[in-house]
Amino acid sequence: MLTVEDLHHAYTPGQVVTSNISFEVKAGEFVSIVGPSGCGKTTLLKALSGLLDPTGGTIKFQGVPVRGVPDGLAMVFQEYGRSLLPWKTVNGNIDLPLRYQKLRADERRRRIDDSLQAVSLSGLGERYPWQLSGGMQQRVAIARALAYQPKLLLMDEPFASVDAQTRADLEDLVAQVRDRFDITIVLVTHDIDESVYLSDRVIVLSRPPSTVLAQVDIGLSRPRDQIKTKAMPQFVEKRSIIAGLIRRPTTA
Amino acid sequence: MNPAPTTRTRQATGYALATAKSFATRFGLGIALVVLWQFAAMRAGSIFFPPPSEILHRAAELWLSGPPRRLFLGDGVFQDLLPSIARLLGGWLLAVLVGVPLGVLIGRSRMASDLLDPSLQFLRAVPGPALIPVFIILLGTESTMRVSLIAFGSVWPILLNTIDGTRAVDPLQLETARAFRLPRHARLWRIVLPAAMPKIFAGMRVSLALAVILMVVSELVASTNGIGYRIQNAQIMFLLTDMWCGIVLLALLGCALNWLFIQVEHRALAWHRGARGRGAVS
Repeated sequence: MLTVEDLHHAYTPGQVVTSNISFEVKAGEFVSIVGPSGCGKTTLLKALSGLLDPTGGTIKFQGVPVRGVPDGLAMVFQEYGRSLLPWKTVNGNIDLPLRYQKLRADERRRRIDDSLQAVSLSGLGERYPWQLSGGMQQRVAIARALAYQPKLLLMDEPFASVDAQTRADLEDLVAQVRDRFDITIVLVTHDIDESVYLSDRVIVLSRPPSTVLAQVDIGLSRPRDQIKTKAMPQFVEKRSIIAGLIRRPTTA
Repeated sequence: MNPAPTTRTRQATGYALATAKSFATRFGLGIALVVLWQFAAMRAGSIFFPPPSEILHRAAELWLSGPPRRLFLGDGVFQDLLPSIARLLGGWLLAVLVGVPLGVLIGRSRMASDLLDPSLQFLRAVPGPALIPVFIILLGTESTMRVSLIAFGSVWPILLNTIDGTRAVDPLQLETARAFRLPRHARLWRIVLPAAMPKIFAGMRVSLALAVILMVVSELVASTNGIGYRIQNAQIMFLLTDMWCGIVLLALLGCALNWLFIQVEHRALAWHRGARGRGAVS
């Protein structure tokens, strides 16, 4: 689904953010990318989405090199408050990307209703984003991505700006919709627990100039549970492996 | 024995009181000043300062003495007020039609900004009325000249605010639009313009007030009708009450236009007030 080879990026010459990053994401996989703060996680995600043109290396999405944002890809940003348009209702926000997809009106309507139902916001379509709580706004952003029916969903620290309870709810929501809508997900997060809890595989990045330190297969059974899964010895073990990798001083 | 009516009556009384109080705070001073002016003018008896009652009486004669089929509107309305309003709105709309697209272009394109900004800064520094002689030579003394002058003088707040508003669009909103593959024109119409709309409206409102001023100034020179012409003509012919009538009419016109504009803005930017006023509700 997604292949990254020798990815290299420098915002200014000499200031290398990422270097020689290579990994692969298979269809249907849930992969998290973690690393110390400032390791270029967001830069990497932007390069994957085609929003940013990296200075070196190749990214292939479904076998085709990424140049500009490819079809079949959606994003959820951390700042839901800024990525939703305040002058559009919830329905309007979800509908906007669909309008340019050559879809019939009833198909668009159906997708909006479906995605709102999937994030448990049915009936709130006529509200404006600023009339909703932070957690609900992020659910609207997720619904917008779902209605777009992407093959690959990229999420940039999507739960970093909500409270702990909402965060747990949103994590479970994402795990659920992934099964239902059958999409591949790449999640960037700084939260190790979150990455282990949600993913099939965790990619650990080093400090800048960042490379892939390790890829940890999680192998926990699904469906997962916030309390039971997190108490499993396997969960605790994977978490400490990743934490150890991130805290380790750079050996450059 | 039902206490409800009493409560309701008390609430109604309270509401009426509050309304009266708010009315008194908002308009009390104005009314007091007019009353004071009335007494002062009557006492002084100066022909230069007729009392408000006389101005009002004369205004009714000038503008509200027409036949019923013309809604009682007097000749003054058709000879002066309507031509003035037509020039004012024409010039202002022209300013909007030029200012907004040009502002978007400069706001979103670095090259257009570098290319046009110095010239625009220079033109902006030219006081509009100073161009009246030039405009008369180029465009004659008809409405074209006046409309152009109003447009030239009132385009600046619209232009500058549009530039500012389109430059300040949240990059994340544009990035989101790109991530969802919105085509270029959609990013302009669906993201940039709505996001800049509050600033554009603010500019349009300032421009509207400027347009009123320029309308009067343009009518003081080489004109044959319009409120500005009427005021100046009245002064020359020593019809001082008529002169004051024109001035009061201008004030009323300015207030009415501003009120109308606020109504439109209120509807168009309801989301903006909501988003700013409320923030997230948990």
